[in-house]
Amino acid sequence: MQDNVVLSMRNISKSFPGVRALQNVDFTLRKGEIHALMGENGAGKSTLIKVLTGVYPKDSGRIFLDLNGGLKEINVRSPHEAQTLGISTVYQEITLCPNLTVAENMFIGRGNYRLVNWRTMKKRATEILEKFNIPARATQQLDTCSIAEQQIVAIARAVDMDCKVLILDEPTSSLDEQEVEKLFSLMRDLKSRGVGIIFVTHFLEQMYEISDTVTVLRNGELVGEYEVKNLPRVELISKMMGKDLDDISAIRKRKLPDEKADTSPVYEAVGLSSTNSPNAFDFKISKGEVNGFTGLLGSGRSESVRAIFAADKITGGKVKINGKEVKIRKPKDAMMQGVGYLPEDRKRDGIVEDLSVRENIILALQSMKGFFRPFSKAEAEAFADKYIKLLGIKTASMDTPIKSLSGGNQQKAILARWLLTNPQYLILDEPTRGIDVGTKVEIQKLILKLAEEGVSVTFISSEIEEMLRTCSRLIVMRDRKMVGELKGEAMTQDNIIHMIAGEAEQIG
Amino acid sequence: MGNGIRKFMKSQLVIPLLSLLLLVIFNLIRDVGFFSISITTNNQGHRVLSGNLISIFNGASAIAIISIGMTLITSCCKGQDISVAALAAIAGSVFVSVLRSHEITIPVIILAFIFSCLVSVLFSLFNGVLVAVFKIQPMIATLILFSAGRSIAYWINGGATPTVSSPLLASIGGFIPGIPIPTPIIIMVIFLVLISLVLKLTNLGLYTQVVGINERTAHLNGINPVLMKLTAFIISGVCVAMAGCITVCRIGLINHETLLLDTEMDVILAVAIGGTSLGGGRFSLFGSVIGAYIIQALTVTLYAMKVPSAAVKAYKAVVIILIVMINSPVVKDFFIKLYRKLFKKQVETKISIKAS
Repeated sequence: MQDNVVLSMRNISKSFPGVRALQNVDFTLRKGEIHALMGENGAGKSTLIKVLTGVYPKDSGRIFLDLNGGLKEINVRSPHEAQTLGISTVYQEITLCPNLTVAENMFIGRGNYRLVNWRTMKKRATEILEKFNIPARATQQLDTCSIAEQQIVAIARAVDMDCKVLILDEPTSSLDEQEVEKLFSLMRDLKSRGVGIIFVTHFLEQMYEISDTVTVLRNGELVGEYEVKNLPRVELISKMMGKDLDDISAIRKRKLPDEKADTSPVYEAVGLSSTNSPNAFDFKISKGEVNGFTGLLGSGRSESVRAIFAADKITGGKVKINGKEVKIRKPKDAMMQGVGYLPEDRKRDGIVEDLSVRENIILALQSMKGFFRPFSKAEAEAFADKYIKLLGIKTASMDTPIKSLSGGNQQKAILARWLLTNPQYLILDEPTRGIDVGTKVEIQKLILKLAEEGVSVTFISSEIEEMLRTCSRLIVMRDRKMVGELKGEAMTQDNIIHMIAGEAEQIG
Repeated sequence: MGNGIRKFMKSQLVIPLLSLLLLVIFNLIRDVGFFSISITTNNQGHRVLSGNLISIFNGASAIAIISIGMTLITSCCKGQDISVAALAAIAGSVFVSVLRSHEITIPVIILAFIFSCLVSVLFSLFNGVLVAVFKIQPMIATLILFSAGRSIAYWINGGATPTVSSPLLASIGGFIPGIPIPTPIIIMVIFLVLISLVLKLTNLGLYTQVVGINERTAHLNGINPVLMKLTAFIISGVCVAMAGCITVCRIGLINHETLLLDTEMDVILAVAIGGTSLGGGRFSLFGSVIGAYIIQALTVTLYAMKVPSAAVKAYKAVVIILIVMINSPVVKDFFIKLYRKLFKKQVETKISIKAS
């Protein structure tokens, strides 16, 4: 077994101001192995990857890589150096250049500074695109592709560079099921060619489907390395969370909130449409109800909730709040009516990255209070402190810039921002995307708790199971239209899939 | 205490304050009496304070005032307004043209100032609309007024460079009888207090930075980015009018060709030295003001060293390169690492002493 080792990391430690991100972590990767790296938010997965690829310098520890038959110690100082050594990475957040073409993105920064032959480059890119069945043209500008397509281009780019070690950091979080399948077959293909793959993910199902080995981290420390086929799910989750599983099973068994006898809607829209959601739709939600929008990526679920919050320009429709007709033309109007909206893309629409956690938390409430009525520092600190404790946000201090928090903790801070406004209707678009199981469960529990307190919640998630667990009503969308509504007994995975498949199936 | 120092080290004001300190030390070594302040009698017969320190503070007033507006524009529009000096010439011309058509009294001066503010704000709003509504890059948008501004100023006073003289104007540009401190310094202090109050009593700081860092988030949280950008340009317009009028009072005439010539570059530099990224986002108004004083201190120092005035700019450039280099993240990181290494060693020796 020792002979097969392609990468070995020993006693890796790394700290950031106020946070110990990694402490004496070991990690071993073998040839032709798909090795999952799992852990909660802030467990140190991303940090470990970034140390390996030279984004962060390590504080201590040694890294060995198989170079021409023997393990040799390497000292990676930059991602570019990692790449030349044969370590390729696809990061969680897409790190390509949106204003370049697909082909340029595939070949940019490949190490040689000789003149570029555009024609060869285009031809080669087209070949790769065809090989991986990517529905994009080589000359297309990258930001005109969907997020999923961009992700696949990033992976294709990494794969095309001869690599010994391929790191996929949350590659599937923005892919739909077909695309995930495509990626998995690609991963199996690479595996058979002897590439070692490090697969960082939050999706248990996907991990079990594809991985051979799993290394679990918790709070920056190594929990252990396990063979996937000998590790039951329950055990894995308990290793990751380090606590009893009662929480999860409790939430599973929990009775879904019944439809309230009081059915007067809190929010009601008739014929609502926006520039991004041109098909007018009707929608209502009653007090304390949790409803969900489901559908494939691009089915219009996000666009619909954006229209409810007036995040895009409203082009028509009438809105009633608590039975009274109101004008909602911009986000501020919606906020003043007690509507909150947690956007799908945390980095682009959610966080203000250079500002502190405190400023990020108070932002929405502050904006509702008004330009001429700022909170005093003491008030702002009290708010931030309360929610940092309530949601267990892991941060060095409330003055830390939010960009130095892990993804899940950033998400919690944005959630805190909206909870602070005390909304009567809260829209959560993919609040659990790209975060760990523990936080996911916490957020689901929070949603149910809010509903019990009388807050109406719209919840969107790409994991159907998660929606079934929390929602009492599901609206199914296909091709930017609402195609059905499921309630109570009818809410099953099968029914949803059938509805999403809809006409396509009948034709087939 | 240790915590306080660490907090200070992290703040944006470290580099500008240290640079200022270095300049002061350099001058003290060169000439112990450099910063001495003496009481002299000026040519109007008033007893006033004089000395290099006074002339630094006095001379920097215009740059400091304009840099406040520039900081706001830089932070929320991610670019600079290069038309400020030309706009100051327009404001100054309007000021003079109102003054010349009346007998100069205090109400007339106030009226003339309000007029020049209005005109300046209107022109600044024109820039603002180009930037905020039409989304033109600030430097390109303000290039229009940069080229046309001094011609407009020329036209306001019919091509002449009229003088205005009155003891009242002299007391604004120079000294108020009985008060030994130059009036521009007093105006600057009052203005700073006002700005601090505005920052304390409104969300100007928070909103401006949110818009500068993430416009989409600003919109989704009920902040109107267009409005914030226009606000920055309006405030800048007022700042520019103030600087223009003070300068007119100081020199007693309006020369549309030379009034505050090339000042826009000094102002942008003051903002950069003050620790505000020229790419927008987090800002420090007080940093910018300190930046303005650094630039003026540098100029005064060079003149005191008898550097020929034609060569001053080259010397200034060298020092500025140094300051900007120290401010760069690469160098900052290096010093932080160095500090940590030294600090760690101290801890280790302490432990070994204990162990032994």
